[in-house]
Amino acid sequence: MTSTISSTGQRHGTLGTSASRPDGVTKVQGGFAFSSDMWADNMLWGATLRSPHPYARVLAIDVSGAYAIDGVATVVTAADVPGKLTYGLIVQDQPVFAAIGDTVRYSGEPIAAVAADHPETCQRALAAIKVTYEVLTPVTDPEDCIAGTAAMIHPDGNIFRHQRIISGDTSIEGVIQVEGEYEIGMQDQAFLGLESALAIPDSGGQGLEMYVATQWLHEDRKQIADCLNLPEEKIRLVLGGVGGAFGAREDISLQVHTALLAMKAGRPVRISYGREESFYGHVHRHPAKIWMKHHADANGKIVKIESRMVFDGGAYCSTSPAVLINGITHTQGPYKCENAIVDGWAVRTNNPPCGAMRGFGVVQACFAHESQMEKLATAVGVSPVEIRLLNAMETGDRMITGQIMDSVAPVAQCIRETDAIPMPVPLENSADLRTIPGGTGLTAQPSNIRRGVGWGVSIKNLMYSEGFDDFSTARCRISNGVVTIKFATSEVGQGFTMLAQQIARTVLGVDEVILDTIDTQVGSAGSTSASRQTWMSGGAVQAACHAALAQLFDHVATKFEMTRSEIEIDGTDIMDRLTQRRVSVSDAISEIDIDCTEEYHHPPTEDLDKNGQGNCHVAYAFVAHRAVVDVDPELGLIKVVQIATAQDVGRVLNPLAAMGQIEGGIAQGLGLAVMEEIIVKDGKVRNPSFTDYLLPTFLDAPAVEMVFIEEHEPKSPLGAKGIGEPPCISVTPAIANAIRQAVGRELPRVPIRPYDICL
Amino acid sequence: MSINIPVSGASQSNEMYSLRVNGQVHEVKDAWIGESLLYVLRERLGLPGAKGACEQGECGSCTVIVDKQAVCSCLVMAADAVETEILTVEGLGPDGALTDVQSAFLSEGGVQCGFCTPGFIVAVHHLLENNPNPSDDEIRESLSGNICRCTGYGRILEAVRTVADQRRNPS
Repeated sequence: MTSTISSTGQRHGTLGTSASRPDGVTKVQGGFAFSSDMWADNMLWGATLRSPHPYARVLAIDVSGAYAIDGVATVVTAADVPGKLTYGLIVQDQPVFAAIGDTVRYSGEPIAAVAADHPETCQRALAAIKVTYEVLTPVTDPEDCIAGTAAMIHPDGNIFRHQRIISGDTSIEGVIQVEGEYEIGMQDQAFLGLESALAIPDSGGQGLEMYVATQWLHEDRKQIADCLNLPEEKIRLVLGGVGGAFGAREDISLQVHTALLAMKAGRPVRISYGREESFYGHVHRHPAKIWMKHHADANGKIVKIESRMVFDGGAYCSTSPAVLINGITHTQGPYKCENAIVDGWAVRTNNPPCGAMRGFGVVQACFAHESQMEKLATAVGVSPVEIRLLNAMETGDRMITGQIMDSVAPVAQCIRETDAIPMPVPLENSADLRTIPGGTGLTAQPSNIRRGVGWGVSIKNLMYSEGFDDFSTARCRISNGVVTIKFATSEVGQGFTMLAQQIARTVLGVDEVILDTIDTQVGSAGSTSASRQTWMSGGAVQAACHAALAQLFDHVATKFEMTRSEIEIDGTDIMDRLTQRRVSVSDAISEIDIDCTEEYHHPPTEDLDKNGQGNCHVAYAFVAHRAVVDVDPELGLIKVVQIATAQDVGRVLNPLAAMGQIEGGIAQGLGLAVMEEIIVKDGKVRNPSFTDYLLPTFLDAPAVEMVFIEEHEPKSPLGAKGIGEPPCISVTPAIANAIRQAVGRELPRVPIRPYDICL
Repeated sequence: MSINIPVSGASQSNEMYSLRVNGQVHEVKDAWIGESLLYVLRERLGLPGAKGACEQGECGSCTVIVDKQAVCSCLVMAADAVETEILTVEGLGPDGALTDVQSAFLSEGGVQCGFCTPGFIVAVHHLLENNPNPSDDEIRESLSGNICRCTGYGRILEAVRTVADQRRNPS
């Protein structure tokens, strides 16, 4: 095997190169097996019956009508759950199915599931199940929960978490004060690959194998095992091909239902949601209301921040307490400030359950603080860039939680590099209609369009927080000259499988790296979320490869008479630095068996105390966005022309993959800024479809001009920071600020709708 | 349609029909007459390349070519596609080889989760056959029926530009 050396001197496929995706060829040819492509002999289809009411007592469930339909194999309800009746990531407060006598707490809550020979048979069976409800008045206003005036809708109460931050000198008053009340709508992750799972019971009925599209195999297995009353080792979870995740697959959706049906039917069962059911079946981004007040000195230096944040968690807990903490601990954004009073609430209502979505609480906080920075710049009389540079956070700063910023913090550099990116050409009267607001609808003349420029800068914590040890595990085997890497890290599209191969090629000096099946036959990798897998699972793969390399060096030193302490990998050779003797890695590994499993743990973090003080986060990343937006003020239509961005990435491990994360995140942030919202009225979702929930299309996507800020992060095992979340965080307020500048309105809410601009 | 039409395979006597897909004739037996072309391709003919993501023609994941037209196979009744020439992503490359469009999606970074990818690949082939020299705005417009949630479209745009350029200037 010969290695290809790139023009930069890097061997193809190693760290720093745009290595090929191991799943790429099958994905472009249509042969990649997504979870919804899974199939087994004798397989049944499953489907879920859901409550149409956001709050109602279940008086009776009659499933006899379903059994009367030809082709129906089995029906399960709460009465069929052999183990724990509830599940949940932090608190197990969500029923597998609503039981008779209990209440349903959101529109779409599962009541029963059926398995049958055809998806259409399933739909008829669901229609034949009779449920008698006593409809109750839903609690939909979070403020009623905080005031204590709402009906208690769950035994655990209506408050998921209340946390304050009291920091520094809270008596300080700024000579300049700006404030605002901001609102963020409920966004959907809207991954394209719908929820799907295939469960295959063991022949003895004592266990099962499941193929699931998920973000965290081991956590799913734990919750499934609890509900099925099975030991975890009786359940093997295998990652089914995942068509995007963005947070929506961190919680259980159809896993327990599919397993219950398969165990009861004694046959393989697959449940695959349709798009409408997907809107009911997974958690969404929390809608939030945030009041914020900045105090600054006459020059614009921030001296104190006051804020109150209210996150509507919907019916069940999911990750609401952690989302809240992310929101309030990022109140200050990427700016220096030690004095703060923040009051944060995450509450339970009869609205759809909310949990993880890319950005995880920081999106909401950032929209508020970046809207405030624009007001502060105006109040002080400086530019948006100047106000941000004046306050830019640096390594060593004390934050409002008391934590000292000990990550690389190139905030000013992100801003300056973004500012240096050339602006797009001005809109011309001869512009292609496809590039102006309203497009070929010919609703606007270019001469009537106003162009605005807006800024957003953000900070994002990486990894899990508040004392949680979200370790990752990887195994490196060398046998018969073949290197095999195994991990349980969910590949959701981000390209971790590609990165794992890059790490192994780089550390071990090999070109061929086999990836073992991603399943629960190795230790947990933690969740593919919180921008954590490059750092955590990358760290684990690197550690496993280094452990294997150490054994390989022992072997080589003996066999080839090299000096153990002087051996290193040089390209695809092992070299003795003293003697310059070389042996190729492929020769060295041809007759050795090595098997190393390693865990990677990040440094421990702490809980917050009652005043919100504590070293609660592991590390941070930063990004700046500048948006150029054309606005038709008469109809309120917009076109995002360009996003310029400079992102603190630590180190670029794969340039193409990094670009893809940044451009993709920007599109999602654009969606939240101007089009994406799950509209909920009286507890009911009004737009559960891609016809009515609008996503950015090719025509909506702006030109993206990006700069990577590469200052290696010493704490990170690869020198790299997670890059998944930052792109979608501050682009939303950047776009909002551009529209505000164009039309001169406050526009305190996203998504900004046409009538917010023109009426 | 009557709700009483049986859908269970064993208990019915639906007429058999045949579909011509990627140049091969496939017989469709014991199918419920209401099944979409997407369902029949995926679940009955062993061609899972077309994906279902919205089931109402909004996302383009299920794009296939029917008689030289790019269509959303979720919106076409399978039984209505008899006597047409159907081309799916599986039929684009000869004998398992990558087409230029497929290669460019890989080299330019147009693939992440890959769920939209087969629909995009089919749509890009269709675009470039009908407009070999598209402007960026034409590329964006003609592919605006294909939603991608991962990439933000930037690398896909680059892939399409690359193929158009390669076809204009074959090396």
